[in-house]
Amino acid sequence: MANNKQEISFWKMVISLALVTLISSATLGVVYEVTKEPIAAAKLAKQIRAISQVVPSYDNQPVDDMFKIAVDDQKEDSLEVFPAKKDGETVGWAIKSYSPKGYSGMIWVMVGLNTDFEIFNTYVLEHKETPGLGSKMTEPEFNNQFQEVDPSVFNLKVEKDGGDIDALTGATITSRAFGDALQRAFNSAEMNIKTHEPAQ
Amino acid sequence: MNQLSNFKKGFFKENAVFVQLLGMCPTLGVTSTAINGLGMGLATTFVLLMSSLVVSVVKEYIPAKVRIPSYIVIIASFVTVVDLVMAGYLPALHEQLGLFIPLIVVNCLVLGRAESYASRQSIVSSVVDGLGMGLGFTMALVMLGMLRELLGSFSLFGFKLVEGDGILMFVLAPGAFIALGLLTALINHLRKRFNPASK
Repeated sequence: MANNKQEISFWKMVISLALVTLISSATLGVVYEVTKEPIAAAKLAKQIRAISQVVPSYDNQPVDDMFKIAVDDQKEDSLEVFPAKKDGETVGWAIKSYSPKGYSGMIWVMVGLNTDFEIFNTYVLEHKETPGLGSKMTEPEFNNQFQEVDPSVFNLKVEKDGGDIDALTGATITSRAFGDALQRAFNSAEMNIKTHEPAQ
Repeated sequence: MNQLSNFKKGFFKENAVFVQLLGMCPTLGVTSTAINGLGMGLATTFVLLMSSLVVSVVKEYIPAKVRIPSYIVIIASFVTVVDLVMAGYLPALHEQLGLFIPLIVVNCLVLGRAESYASRQSIVSSVVDGLGMGLGFTMALVMLGMLRELLGSFSLFGFKLVEGDGILMFVLAPGAFIALGLLTALINHLRKRFNPASK
């Protein structure tokens, strides 16, 4: 009798747990399907917003014209480049660059170059830096120093390392990584775009 | 206990942060600014409200031995729903809080209320309890965020009050502990003074 009772409670547990997980996963599946498109649209909108801020005004669809270039001298093409064109002529490139040297994880920065290979503007796409410290790299006080600078003259290192970047207070590592991401975009573009596609 | 005092207990008498010292991970982690505290508090309140509702509805059908895994699955589902909906429809807010949303799953305040309250009380009481506890948690996070933002960067809700860099330590983790300690002492002092009956 006792054995029978134990068996019943065992099956009750199995069935109720299975039901709970089944209902939960069904709910999540529905929510995922419903939110899939808005999430993709939000991501795309963010990318377009970033591109529009870092290159001179354009009239093409840089996202549709996206091509990939190699990082520095590596073989594989992995940096996404969004060319901006006006009346058919290239006016700049938005390069989705990154740095693995952040204080906590990867930093993704959209770096805009004009046809003179100067940095036009920058836009931080993603980061996991300390809120209130490293996260200040998204603010204009820090960001504006990279507008219209020529990386072949402007040393993309923090002042502490002998460079020209005015680092964030308490976030030297973040500032260093930001410079690293810009340098990566510039080097890759110089190596892969300048040689293949001479500036007009 | 009537529903009003059931609701109010989450703010002072049984405040999750200052009295029960529950949910310390998000409390210390996200409160470097007042806005972050507010966002995290409201997201937690939503999850707490929904999980309290569902747990109190299904409490009779779930065998006692498997209640904890069941509650965790329910809570985790709501957290994921919040995460997805926010990413899709409120991308700007999601950018700010995206890192912290998954942390709600491991907030023992949510599981604690499901286990110690919602699984024993009526649906209405559980919902009121969840809402009160959640808003009390939000209040505590905003207070802590305001204190840290004020001392750490001399600003409040993003507005710079005094020029200068502030006391850096309060933005970082050690400052979180110190600020929490000071606020907890203050709240408990006030609690004793105005309500000697509560211990």
